[in-house]
Amino acid sequence: MSAFANILIGGVFHAAVLFLVAAGLQLVFGVQKIINLACGSFYALGAYFGVTFIAYATQFGLSPWLIFPGLVVAGLLLAVVGPPIERMLRSVYGRDESFQLLLTFALVLMFQDVFRFVWGANPRSLDNAYLIYGTINTRDFGVPVYNLLVIAAAITTAATLGALLTRTNFGRIVRATAENRAMAEALGVDVRRIYSVVFTLGAALGTTAGALIVPTAAASLNMAIEFVVEAFAVVVIGGLGSMRGALVGSLIVGLMRAFAIVLYPEFEVLAIYVVVIAVLLLRPAGLFGKPVA
Amino acid sequence: MKRAAVFAAAGALALALLPMVAPAYYATLMIPFFGYAIALLGFNLLFGYTGLLSFGHAMFLAVGAYGSALLAGVFGCKSFELVLLGVVCIGMAAALPIGFLCVRHTGIFFGMLTLAFGMLFYSFLFKFYHLTGGDSGMRIPRMDILGLELAQYSKIELLAGPFYYYCLALLIITALLMWRIVHSPFGLHLRAVRDNARKAEYLGVHVHRLRLAAFVISAAFGAAGGAILGFRIGLADPELVYWTHSGQLVFMTVLGGFSNFFGPIVGALAFTLLQDQLQSLTQYWRFILGATLAVVVIGFPAGIAGVLDLWPRFSARVKA
Repeated sequence: MSAFANILIGGVFHAAVLFLVAAGLQLVFGVQKIINLACGSFYALGAYFGVTFIAYATQFGLSPWLIFPGLVVAGLLLAVVGPPIERMLRSVYGRDESFQLLLTFALVLMFQDVFRFVWGANPRSLDNAYLIYGTINTRDFGVPVYNLLVIAAAITTAATLGALLTRTNFGRIVRATAENRAMAEALGVDVRRIYSVVFTLGAALGTTAGALIVPTAAASLNMAIEFVVEAFAVVVIGGLGSMRGALVGSLIVGLMRAFAIVLYPEFEVLAIYVVVIAVLLLRPAGLFGKPVA
Repeated sequence: MKRAAVFAAAGALALALLPMVAPAYYATLMIPFFGYAIALLGFNLLFGYTGLLSFGHAMFLAVGAYGSALLAGVFGCKSFELVLLGVVCIGMAAALPIGFLCVRHTGIFFGMLTLAFGMLFYSFLFKFYHLTGGDSGMRIPRMDILGLELAQYSKIELLAGPFYYYCLALLIITALLMWRIVHSPFGLHLRAVRDNARKAEYLGVHVHRLRLAAFVISAAFGAAGGAILGFRIGLADPELVYWTHSGQLVFMTVLGGFSNFFGPIVGALAFTLLQDQLQSLTQYWRFILGATLAVVVIGFPAGIAGVLDLWPRFSARVKA
């Protein structure tokens, strides 16, 4: 029983982080119709910057208790990378998908060396920060409170994003732009601004997820290219462009990975791709996506 | 047409003279170029001519390398020709079911499916340690070429001498073969499917069957290229099939220009030389490669061949 609960919590924690990145991916795909391979690089950027930010903040007397809000701030600060990158992507909006994929692939390559240049080739981690909030112990298992905080943050983000997109005027404009760009533009929507804002929001979701992961895992050079395929699995399973899909997809991938690691370690990653291929073949639009014509 | 022949002959001649004038290092550097060029000829049949962007094509290069390790290392087949034939067959056999499932989709969905299949293969190679050697890979022993053992040559001498010319010959043969394929009625059908699949179907073209054929042919070329890469390194490792390697294949093709028959070959050459020069200059070579890719994508979508094309009618256009 305790083993089961441990796996479950581990899986949901992983799903929470995946959801944040996948939500950013979905937002950008939904509005701009671009699959952003660099979302994994945003995630890694958040992780690296999170380590540095907390190290400096601690020097200036940040209480270790504030590490969680500190990391959130670090992640959100990185939203500044959004607008310039969006400006660069603007040149391929109307073009073939292969060019869009390649341009974001170019970003992945460039970010890889930016990390190497700024933070070096060795993994960076935050020491002794993970268990600052303690663990909740029941009779036979313990859960670090930090994990619960991250899960809570992901749920809050999901709710906020949902409300933002469905209940506010901004959300209506974003959805209208996603639906029909030309019509939205004709009705006076500043589409360029919407694109810039949406991309920045997507980037910030990725960087925040990355920053939140550093107390539990080190920031390393490979995390960008490893994470992007998992986030990609999430959006394919859930359905491209669907927020609900991102939520369900990340739970499926997160839990499946957690259970596979324990039960059949050989199938840890394999199982995910089997599901991805099955979904693509049987329901190419994903579980929650709109069917494509 | 005539210009293309002159261009190709000049290129082949320059490559044939290279080992005589350049240091052995550059001759061995050309071996991966030959491997990639052959693989990209196949890749571009799929991408440039059929309009399907595969983001998992490195899978077939890995089939070539792991196939060599299996045939030569495990089963002890010493003849490179037999191994080459074997991996081409394995590649086609693997491509048949994968292609059958993938070609029903186009655009981004085709790319994602091939990416997923590639990563599936990667995680198999990576995790099933007792079968594939996991991350340490499988050793590929030295093989005989044309039935000659060539034991008197050291590895470098072999790569810079006999094996260099062997690969050059292979590249010329495969390029002629591909030229025949794309200029046959079959190639015309592929372009028709690319430009308007529905209209082609109304005209009686079997769209799925054609795409599948292109997929299987491109896999065969990929496996042959992978076998050459494996021969040089002497090792098949899972990095060969990682998605970034597939991305690198697309990079080379776009760098050279996918709308030109010779574009992928030019791209493979440019990429190999560029990567080598950058790696000796700086440890941040990925950044410059990425920046190059961004510049090509934004400013020169037709690639190097497209820039050369500014000289009127210099080379053979795909559009024909």
